[in-house]
Amino acid sequence: MNFQDLLLMQHELLLTLAALVVLCVEIFSPENNKRMVVPLAVFSMLLIAAVSFFFPTSGKAFGDMYQSDTLRGAMKSVLDIATLIVFLQSYGWVNKEENRNKISEFFIIIFSSLIGMNFMISSGDFLMLYLGLELATIPIAALAAFDRYKMKSAEAGIKLILSSALSTAILLYGLSMIYATTGSIYFDEVRAAFKPDALSVLGMIFFITGMGFKMSLVPFHLWTADVYEGSPIAVTSYLSVVSKGAAAFIFTFVLYTVFPIASEIWLQVLVVLSIVTMTIGNLFAIRQGNMKRFLAFSSIAQAGFLLLGILGQGQLGMGTVIFFLLVYVFTNLAAFSVVAAISDATGKEDMTDYNGLYKTNPNLSLMLMLALFSLAGIPPVAGFFGKLFLFSAMASKGYYIVLFIAVINATISLYYYLLPVRAMFINKSDNPIEHFKSNIYLKIGLGISVVGILLTGVFSIVYEYLISVSAGL
Amino acid sequence: MSTFNYTILIPALPLAMFLLIGLTGHKFKALVSGIAGTASLGFITILSYITAINYFWGTGMVNDVYQTIIPFNFEWLNFTETLQVKMGVLLDPISVMMLVVITTVSFAVHLYSIGYMKGEVGFSRFFAFLSLFSFSMLGLVLATNIFQMYIFWELVGVSSFLLIGYYYEKPSAVAASKKAFIVTRFADFGFLVGILILSYFTGTFDFGILTNPLTSPVASFVGTSFMGISVISWAMILIFMGGAGKSAMLPFHIWLPDAMEGPTPVSALIHAATMVVAGVYLVARMFVVYHLWAPDVQEVIAWVGGITSLFAAVIAITQYDIKRVLAFSTLSQIGYMMLALGVSGYGEHAGVGYMASMFHLFTHAMFKALLFLGAGSVIHSVHSNYMYDMGGLRKYLPITHITFLIACLTIAGVPFLSGFYSKDEILVAAFEHNKILFGIEYLVAGLTAFYMFRLYFNIFWGEDKVYHHTPHESPLVMTIPLMVLAFGSIFSGYLPFSHLVTSDKMAFTTHLDYAIAIPSILIGFLGIGVAWIMYKKKTDIPDRISAALGGFYTTVYNKFYFDEIYLFVTRKILFNIVSQSVAWFDRHIVDGSMNGIANVVITSSKKIKSLQSGQLQQYAAVFVAGALGLLLYVIYLLG
Repeated sequence: MNFQDLLLMQHELLLTLAALVVLCVEIFSPENNKRMVVPLAVFSMLLIAAVSFFFPTSGKAFGDMYQSDTLRGAMKSVLDIATLIVFLQSYGWVNKEENRNKISEFFIIIFSSLIGMNFMISSGDFLMLYLGLELATIPIAALAAFDRYKMKSAEAGIKLILSSALSTAILLYGLSMIYATTGSIYFDEVRAAFKPDALSVLGMIFFITGMGFKMSLVPFHLWTADVYEGSPIAVTSYLSVVSKGAAAFIFTFVLYTVFPIASEIWLQVLVVLSIVTMTIGNLFAIRQGNMKRFLAFSSIAQAGFLLLGILGQGQLGMGTVIFFLLVYVFTNLAAFSVVAAISDATGKEDMTDYNGLYKTNPNLSLMLMLALFSLAGIPPVAGFFGKLFLFSAMASKGYYIVLFIAVINATISLYYYLLPVRAMFINKSDNPIEHFKSNIYLKIGLGISVVGILLTGVFSIVYEYLISVSAGL
Repeated sequence: MSTFNYTILIPALPLAMFLLIGLTGHKFKALVSGIAGTASLGFITILSYITAINYFWGTGMVNDVYQTIIPFNFEWLNFTETLQVKMGVLLDPISVMMLVVITTVSFAVHLYSIGYMKGEVGFSRFFAFLSLFSFSMLGLVLATNIFQMYIFWELVGVSSFLLIGYYYEKPSAVAASKKAFIVTRFADFGFLVGILILSYFTGTFDFGILTNPLTSPVASFVGTSFMGISVISWAMILIFMGGAGKSAMLPFHIWLPDAMEGPTPVSALIHAATMVVAGVYLVARMFVVYHLWAPDVQEVIAWVGGITSLFAAVIAITQYDIKRVLAFSTLSQIGYMMLALGVSGYGEHAGVGYMASMFHLFTHAMFKALLFLGAGSVIHSVHSNYMYDMGGLRKYLPITHITFLIACLTIAGVPFLSGFYSKDEILVAAFEHNKILFGIEYLVAGLTAFYMFRLYFNIFWGEDKVYHHTPHESPLVMTIPLMVLAFGSIFSGYLPFSHLVTSDKMAFTTHLDYAIAIPSILIGFLGIGVAWIMYKKKTDIPDRISAALGGFYTTVYNKFYFDEIYLFVTRKILFNIVSQSVAWFDRHIVDGSMNGIANVVITSSKKIKSLQSGQLQQYAAVFVAGALGLLLYVIYLLG
């Protein structure tokens, strides 16, 4: 190992440094003066995002356990943007009276979890992948229980850690089978030695199951609703966007690069999973009255759509998946930011509370509407392009029946995405949420998301860039 | 070749102004929006002139042929290897000429509107829409491919819709804007289908490839026929349908007279000088394809143009609303341009019709915008659109009077003014092609002179009417544009068009054909003379004539009952017979099955709710069961 190898890991190292700096500030600053923590964390995140975007690294280290290239770099940048928006959006919440003494905890834990995801994305073997995955998940369980005096939050933390333990056990079990049949845990060697015999396929299925848990695919999704609802909004949005995105990326990557020989099998499995996930996710989302649960279930359905992109295979599939994730980051975080803003100001989270919101808070309503339109895939916002590319990637491989089912599901989703819009714009309310002003951080975060929603789809350069970095898969 | 990079600013700046005024206009004083919009347009007008000078007298010509220069063409959407939509800037003689036309008229209209729209509610909204229109129109003429053109074509339609409906509290304005939108959209549907057919066969949208007379892929599909007509002809007639909708050719003309509900500057800009000639521009853009591979469609274009010009001229005689007279006159003049394209040949002197059409487009933009702005000035001072409320206004509105007279003389084809030269070339082209069409146009030339001077004498001569207050001349900000356009109307005829804008982009020389020029001058003067006798002083001749014509007069006055026919077809036939049965099907079959599906969805979503119990043990059980289920499925697959 030499210094160059360490530099390859600049992104992870910088994140570690950031976590340590925040920790030091926590220790050395006076008890009642934690104001600078949020700007510091936001600034560090911005800096890290900029450094890793403008100075990408490429190479392998630690005997190929750690790998870095433009594709993984692009995905890390997507996660950086997402985390930055989550930070901005959490400002109001972490500065509340009851959270003020643990502001820095929130950021340190998120940094740690992000480090885990980055290692997971950069992994070159299953061990690294597993370590990254755990490092990414365990801190989130702590975050889910952040409001520990609230029953629901504590419950969310426990449920997450327990179900995560189960899924990890199954994942590890699967990996051990793969190791048993191929004699290696390195991606390259597994790929070369993999034969679709019974034991190997069983291992692969367990791998898919374990990753399916992280991506909250049906039927491995049941933890999602309780955890999403119980956690603070900032954590929910982090969990549903960043965590899910990282898992989706590495899942796609491993399927493409490690198991191409068994593609016939996993494609079929994905078809089933995506259909079930879209449909069940939609059916649940229709009936939700709590905005957080609503967004949580809609994100399950979105994960189902994401699987369709994986069916596109190869360069097209990978590029489309990352593009969809990027769009999803902007869109979902915009929606969560509005929900967070309203929850911070009034504590209200139910859809009926949103009745008549347009009259009192037109800007927030318009932004939420934009985000919902994007989730539903209405042109010309980014969500439309995200879905369009997914559908066309899949259709290019001839999955017309799945496409048909997906279109039906998209139609159903349109119905429930319009429910909050109807509440805000059409429904009357005797007691609407009063006009309030949001803090500047949240506004900036929302601004970034809205600009992303409006521009990502229209500027084809984004899509083309993501396709180009996916070359060679 | 890269010296034209700055041309990207020409469409970009109005777009920026639209966003700026549209989003922040309400924060400033209204006048700021007006001045900002006008200033930016002034700037791009100068840029367009520089482009034109550089192009026509600078680097545009290589080896005696005007080159097609594409400073920008970036990929906007890349669907597949062959199917791409690009956005770019294309410079060739017609697009550069259109730049000059659009920016000149648009600038004049912007300036004029500062005075005309003063004190209106939504002053800055008006300027935002004007900027949107300018952007769309410039994007349309600069399009490098037919799909880009289509996108901007629709944007132009939207801005026209918004501006016609500017007074959205007036029901008639709302109805007119809807009518314009629906009629043109209907025609655009044909346009889109045409584009799709054409690109399906040729595999490209690109103008450069499609219209290359030697290598165009169109040539190889002329033999493929569908229902007895070549597919190329099908595509081209459908594309022409879009052009006919925008340019209000028969039978899609019905929206244009109603569009006069918009503010008068809008009528001058959109419904006289620029947007309505988009159809002509489209045909000119695709001229090579029409002429070489769809000559049957070209013949149709000639006849549609000819018949429209006669039809509209006849109606114009009977109208009293001065803006409608001008609207029908516009129809008639665009008919001229279409006809000229329809009768034109390709290359050298045979392409005189093409050149004449573009020439007339140019001169017409100047004098018709002038007429509309003059009419606006008149309306501004007497607060009525009807000529029977006007009379003797020459004393009160001297500048308007003189400039309006210049425009009338120009359109009537009086020698040494621009309209004379361009119209003469059209008549020459028609004479060489088809004597019947020539006869129609010759007649129309006389009718034009007559109805224009009927308008002129009725407004400015005759007795004073009872006015609310003494009419007064409009402010300088309105009269300066009039004078600028009057200058253009007089002198634009001296531009050597046959050296600049030709079908094969090579110069040729034309000279006045006295055998045609002299009779056309005579019939022009005849028209003016008859109008003089009938309208200079109040006489009862017009009433006697209309009484003598009886039913025919009423038919013409009611515009040949076209609107009523459309209403009959849509209300009685479409709505009653087709729509009602479709509605029944929709209510009972479609809605029924949809409600059924919705019920299924809701019931099943209730059913599965029990899955989400909150019991972690159950979650784990489902999880493991799911994993096993997948396993069974894979065993089934492999087995």
